[in-house]
Amino acid sequence: MDTELILRVSPFFIEAAWMTIKLSILTAILGLTCGALGAAARLSRLAVLRWIAAIYVSVFRGTPALIQIFILYFGGPQIGIQLDSFSAGTIALGVNIGAYMTETIRGAILSVDKGQTEAARTLGMSRWETMRKVVLPQAARMMIRPLGVNISAMIKGTALIAPISVVELTYTAQRFIGSTYKPFEMFLLSGILYMIIIYVVGQGISLLDRRARIT
Amino acid sequence: MTDQAFVTIKNAAKSFGKLQVLRDINLSVERGQIVAIIGPSGSGKSTLLRAINELDPLTSGEVWLEYVQINKTLPHRQHEAHVNQVRQNIGMVFQHFNLFPHLTVRGNITLAPRMLKGLSEADANKLAEEQLAKVGLTEKIDEHPSRLSGGQKQRVAIARALAMKPKVMLFDEATSALDHELVEEVNLVMKQLAEEHMTMIIVTHEMDFAASVCDRVLFMDQGVVVEEGPPAVIFQNPKEERTRNFLRKHLSR
Ligand SMILES: Nc1ncnc2c1ncn2[C@@H]1O[C@H](COP(=O)(O)OP(=O)(O)OP(=O)(O)O)[C@@H](O)[C@H]1O
Ligand SMILES: [Mg+2]
Repeated sequence: MDTELILRVSPFFIEAAWMTIKLSILTAILGLTCGALGAAARLSRLAVLRWIAAIYVSVFRGTPALIQIFILYFGGPQIGIQLDSFSAGTIALGVNIGAYMTETIRGAILSVDKGQTEAARTLGMSRWETMRKVVLPQAARMMIRPLGVNISAMIKGTALIAPISVVELTYTAQRFIGSTYKPFEMFLLSGILYMIIIYVVGQGISLLDRRARIT
Repeated sequence: MTDQAFVTIKNAAKSFGKLQVLRDINLSVERGQIVAIIGPSGSGKSTLLRAINELDPLTSGEVWLEYVQINKTLPHRQHEAHVNQVRQNIGMVFQHFNLFPHLTVRGNITLAPRMLKGLSEADANKLAEEQLAKVGLTEKIDEHPSRLSGGQKQRVAIARALAMKPKVMLFDEATSALDHELVEEVNLVMKQLAEEHMTMIIVTHEMDFAASVCDRVLFMDQGVVVEEGPPAVIFQNPKEERTRNFLRKHLSR
C-alpha cells in the first residue's frame, strides 16, 4: 500500500468529503421536507392527495436513483430544466429519499395507538390539534431511528452523483485512479471517509433517540 | 320539542359495512341519572356509547344532548366544528385509559382546557390541582403516566375528562383492564361522581357496581336493548329469558 500517495492526495479527499457532507445535508433537508409533505398527503382526507403521494412513492422507490439523477441532469434540458450537476444531484436524490421518508413518517404516525386520537378527539380537540399535540410528538420519537436508517442510506447514495461530475468522494477517488492507477488506495480512502461521516451521523441519531426517550 | 331528556337517543341504528351492530335503540337519560349498560361481548355496548359522542357515528337515528342534536347532518367543515364543540360537553373514559404518555399528569389534564378554552397557565394549573384532588392524586401531578399504576392512570383519565366540565360522562368498561385490587379505587371515584349528580352512562361487566350505583340498567344483546329498568328489577326479577341467561352466567362469578 502506498502510504505516501495517500498522504499526498488526502487534502483533496478531505475537500471531497466536505462536498459529500454538503450534499448530504441539503439532500436530507429536501428529503425530510418531501417526506413530511408526502406523509401528510398519504394520510390526507382527500383522495386526490393520497393518490398523488402513492404514485410519488411507488415511482421513486420503484426505479433506480441513478436513473432519476440521469433523467433530471441529462434529460432535464430537453424539457427546459437546466440545472448544474450539484443542484440536479441534490434535487434528484432528495426527492428520491423523500419517497422512502414518506413511508417512514407515515408508518410512525400510524403506529401511534388509535386510542390516543380517540382520547384527544373526545375532549373536543380538532383533527389538526390532535395531530400536532398528541400524535406527532409521539410519532416523532418513533421515527428518529428509521429516519436515521434512511439518512445513512442516503449518504451512501450520494455516491450516485459521481457520474454527473460532482466532485465528491466517489468522483474524487475515480479521478485519482485515472492519474495514479491505485484503485485500492483511492477507494479505501474514500470508503473510510464515508464510514466516518456515517458513524458520526449514526451517533447523532442515537443521541437524539435516547434524549427523546428520556423526556 | 317537549319533554326533552338530557341525553336522548332515538331510533338509533348502526352498521359496520354489512354487519348491523345496533338496531332501533331508544334511550332517554335524565339530568343526574346514572345508567348502566350491560350485555354480552359484541352486543354493541361500546358502539352505542361511542355513537353518543360521534366516535362511531350512527347509520341512522338521532342523538341529542339537551336541545342540541349531536349527529346533525352538516357539510364536512361545519360538522367538524359542531362535533368538536359538543364533545367538550361529553367526557369519556376508556378501558385502556388512553393517557398521553408524552405529557405529565398535569399536561394530560390541562392540554384540552388550555387549547380549547384558552385557560391561562395559572388557571389551568389550578384546574389540574382541583381535578386531581377529586381523584386523590394531587401528589402525582408532575409524574408521567408510565409511572402510575393502572388504577391511578384511570383516575387521571377521569380527572382529565372532568377538567372539561362535561355535562355527561361516558364510561366504557373503565375497570375491565385493571387488576382486581385496583378496581375499587376507580369505583370509588365513580361513586363520588354519582353523589355529585353527574349524569353518567356506564358500560360495565361489574354487576354489583351497577346495582349499587345506577338508577337504571339496560340489558343489550345483539344490538338491541332487550330489557331495561331499575337495578332491583333487572337483577332480581328480569322479565326476559335472555336477560336471565346472561345474569345467571355473570352473577354466579
Ligand atoms: N370499527 C368496527 N368495525 C367493524 N366492526 C366493528 C367495529 N367496532 C365494533 N364492531 C363490531 O360490532 C359489534 C359490537 O361491538 P361492540 O364493541 O360495540 O361490543 P361490546 O358490547 O362493547 O362488546 P365488549 O363487551 O366485548 O366490549 C361486534 O360484532 C364488533 O365486532
Ligand atoms: Mg365494548
